[in-house]
Amino acid sequence: MTPAPLSLTVTQLNNYIKGLLEADELLRGLWLQGEVSNFTQSSAGHIYFTLKDADSSVRCVIWRSTASRLSYRPAHGDLVLAYGSVSVYTVQGAYQFYVTDLHPLGAGALHVEFERLKARLAAEGLFEPARKRPLPAFPRAVGVVTSPSGAAFQDILRVLGQRWPLVRVVLAPTLVQGDEAPAQIVAAIAALNRRREAEQIDVLLVARGGGSLEELWAFNDEGVARAIAGSALPVIVGVGHEIDFTIADFVADLRAPTPTAAAAAAVPDQAEMRARVAAGAFSLAEVLGTRLERSREELGRLEQRLARATPAARLAREWQRIDDLLARANLAWKGRLAYWRAHVDGQAGRLRGLDPQAVLNRGYALVSRRDTASVVARRDQVQAGDLLDVRVSDGVFGAMVEP
Amino acid sequence: MAQTNPAQPAVEELSFEAALQELEQVVEQMESDELPLDQMLALFERGTQLAAQCSRLLDQAELRVAQLGQGGEETEA
Repeated sequence: MTPAPLSLTVTQLNNYIKGLLEADELLRGLWLQGEVSNFTQSSAGHIYFTLKDADSSVRCVIWRSTASRLSYRPAHGDLVLAYGSVSVYTVQGAYQFYVTDLHPLGAGALHVEFERLKARLAAEGLFEPARKRPLPAFPRAVGVVTSPSGAAFQDILRVLGQRWPLVRVVLAPTLVQGDEAPAQIVAAIAALNRRREAEQIDVLLVARGGGSLEELWAFNDEGVARAIAGSALPVIVGVGHEIDFTIADFVADLRAPTPTAAAAAAVPDQAEMRARVAAGAFSLAEVLGTRLERSREELGRLEQRLARATPAARLAREWQRIDDLLARANLAWKGRLAYWRAHVDGQAGRLRGLDPQAVLNRGYALVSRRDTASVVARRDQVQAGDLLDVRVSDGVFGAMVEP
Repeated sequence: MAQTNPAQPAVEELSFEAALQELEQVVEQMESDELPLDQMLALFERGTQLAAQCSRLLDQAELRVAQLGQGGEETEA
């Protein structure tokens, strides 16, 4: 009988194969593509699925620690690109592909991933309007997360310089696309938050210029979204163009359509503020002017009252009264004068009537005896034959009394 | 004449925000109250200084830019 050949245990065999596979350079890190099926997640949080192509399949594992990092969750039927290593699950003698990174493949795959993450974070309430914090009206410093060499940063500096040069800019430079970008963006947000007191930072700007969906992809990263949501400082996101919406936009405290708009939203406009200052200064002058005018009027009235009350004024008042009396007296006297004159004129008229010449003028004659020159007033003063002088208005003639 | 309130900060030390806020408060006070004339004059003077401070801050402002280094410390850009 031949002796039994040298034999291994199954465990030994499986471990040997495991050693072989793990030593192989290719198998230590490679990209694999295939279609997902049989997707499950264990209670411990590890993910198990099968990747297959037309002819073959391989079992895949994502450990829980890796799974929590990944933003993309594969679903049955998804075409994916997975990075990982090959090893052996010795317990079952099966080799498996241990995944450390996972991306969807093919047209629309990125959109699918985007929609899935968006739905998941929305369900957590990260996009709720109530979460969004108000922006400071007069920020002392603005923390900027962007690439120092990009156009976005230049646009931001230009807008801030025009609108509100009082503000300080603190740049935390990062890559804004590529695989390393998300981690750098997260670190930048954290660094600016840490320095907020030292630098007096009151608001953050996360910005990137326009690009394709792939180029903006870093701003759809779950870690970036959570960093923005968890930032103690309010965050304004200005990524891409007006039509681009990234996950970062949804979770931001304010979404701006572009980096330029983000900078404008962060600070006040100096033209507007200058106008406000001017309006204030004008109001001061206006109110004071009105008040002075009122005071001037009041002073004038007081002056008048005062003037009326002094002794000199009283004296003047007395003189005034005297003048009034004199004027009245004058008037009265003039009146009486007129009366007397009229009276006197009347009497004078009567007197003129009694004047002898006037009597003679009226046709009466003055008869007097020639011999005695006495006036004859009665018949018995004359006899026939007496000679008389008869005076009439313009002279005398002789007359004899008739027998 | 006008007494400066010892509790009030000097106008030249005020930030734009603080100066503008106080200016608008002064205007409100002057418009609403029937203050004695000497108080109004004192307010007018303070208000004028506040407006001048605001203008001065804007006129003299230049945008300053700093950059955080690798370790998170600041270096002037």
